[in-house]
Amino acid sequence: MEEKIKHLENRAKEIRIDILKMLTKAGSGHTGGSLSAVEILTALYFSKMRHDPKNPKWEDRDRFILSKGHSAPVLYAILGKCGYFNTKEFLNLRKLGCILQGHPECARTPGVEVNSGSLGQGLSQGNGIALALRLDNKKARVYVLLGCGEVQEGQIWEAAMTSAHYNIDNLCAIMDYNALQIDGYVKDIMAIEPIKDKWKAFGWYVIEIDGHNFKEILTALDQAEKIKGKPTIIIAKTIKGKGVSFMEDKVGYHGVAPTEAELEKALKELE
Amino acid sequence: MEKLGTRDVYGQTLIKLGAENKDIVVLDADLSSSTRTAKFREKFPDRFFNMGVAEQDLMATAAGLAAAGKIPFASTFAIFATGRAWEQIRQTICLSSFNVKIVASHGGITVGEDGATHHSTEDIGLMRIIPNMTVIVPADGYEAISALEAAAKYYGPVYMRLSREKFPVIYKEGIDFQIGKAKIHSQGTDATIIACGIMVSLALNAQKSLKQEGIHAGVINMSTIKPLDTKSIKNAAETTKAIVTAEEHSIIGGLGSAVAECLGEEEPVYIERMGIKDKFGVSGKSDELMKEYNLTQEDIIRAVKNVIAKKESHINHINRKKVFIKSY
Repeated sequence: MEEKIKHLENRAKEIRIDILKMLTKAGSGHTGGSLSAVEILTALYFSKMRHDPKNPKWEDRDRFILSKGHSAPVLYAILGKCGYFNTKEFLNLRKLGCILQGHPECARTPGVEVNSGSLGQGLSQGNGIALALRLDNKKARVYVLLGCGEVQEGQIWEAAMTSAHYNIDNLCAIMDYNALQIDGYVKDIMAIEPIKDKWKAFGWYVIEIDGHNFKEILTALDQAEKIKGKPTIIIAKTIKGKGVSFMEDKVGYHGVAPTEAELEKALKELE
Repeated sequence: MEKLGTRDVYGQTLIKLGAENKDIVVLDADLSSSTRTAKFREKFPDRFFNMGVAEQDLMATAAGLAAAGKIPFASTFAIFATGRAWEQIRQTICLSSFNVKIVASHGGITVGEDGATHHSTEDIGLMRIIPNMTVIVPADGYEAISALEAAAKYYGPVYMRLSREKFPVIYKEGIDFQIGKAKIHSQGTDATIIACGIMVSLALNAQKSLKQEGIHAGVINMSTIKPLDTKSIKNAAETTKAIVTAEEHSIIGGLGSAVAECLGEEEPVYIERMGIKDKFGVSGKSDELMKEYNLTQEDIIRAVKNVIAKKESHINHINRKKVFIKSY
């Protein structure tokens, strides 16, 4: 376990560097929410999920949906590192003719399962995939990453009811709880607490973890797989902009890319 | 006169399609008895998902099912399918051409007594504007059956508008249906009526009356509004130089707009757009509403005469100009 975690921590560092480099090159994009989800996606793609980058449409693959689609850079960094496409594509992020669109599009990027970016729609899509997998007697699981501002969308709660009503236990939602949204702290813009109670009341099994601690993430993902008859959500407490001191918990880095000077400073901290 | 509901045939056609293809799944939003998807649920309960009163979840869940290889038919009333869940249809279904069939009942004002909140007078426009979407409005029950079969075979998103009211039967069972191909009932010499849905049978009746008055109108059933059969429209415009469009939908955004766009670019001729004239519906019996909103056989006759009068006045104007230039 220790060795595995060490390996994942190294991976996470590389992913952070890729995110910052591609965002700086693009000149726009969402930095803070990409950095807060690095450990979650690293744990999923480099440890938990059964998937095959050489066969992105493998029928038995586990599926990941980035419902908080604006954090596309973290997903692209991961998919590129996994080998879904050449990592040279990172430099074309958001550029005309690129495969890496500003927000994820499944028809353009190998490894992306559905379109996201308009918030609140990924859990419904995940439910649909999970129901289809169940109809086909597949063992594959579905993971949906939600933002904490995103759960202000009404459709999330429509979908939350659906997951519970249909006893969708082959789906695990994860909430990247970095507590910030574009306009400020979630608690000031539109409070979501008591969020654990809300999910419980909607019929979900809830696990709370530190979203930057690999041991806690991996344990929670294993635990979620064992919960039968109801959906599970992992509420992962995270820090927006995690890993770069001057970006951490700063609302200003929600939808802003680093400058060249900021990149240099950030890389010094990470390397 | 034999009548058959386009929504009534939907339930039985779903069962047939579902028996042929196990990947067909059906979703509804608490209106399964009205949309007739309940028939599918009785036969294939495991492949039916009632999503409750949650249309946005309905559409995005359908997208998820399609992402995993299913062929979802998602149904509710037309106004909720296309209005409430428009963005879900755009983002999760059409953007990547997912294989979802949105089959909505209660299109138009023939919904009747429920009133403006339940009348769907913008759905064709709302669906037509989204890239990758196919839009179909069958003219009778038998065309609806064939159109549903064609939609199931076609890969990609489809919006099909069905109705609460039973429509007079025009076709026979097994009528050929090709997506994007208009049905040309007759080629007139004086004007052409291009209609969809309930307006097709009214147009055919209007044509008979006009014939007795010596006016020869062509009738085209434009049951696929997107992709539009522009060749048929262009031919009709070249032949008759006068077009009437007739639809149970706003004159903005629907069939009338689509035909006007085509004519403007390809073959500019006079056009009269019959439909809901930028208004909301009101409560009433469906036949009362069709009168209230000027969507009767008599209104079609009037529109045909109007457009012919415009055309002739234009020709006279041109001729006068020619005489004037000559004499000058």
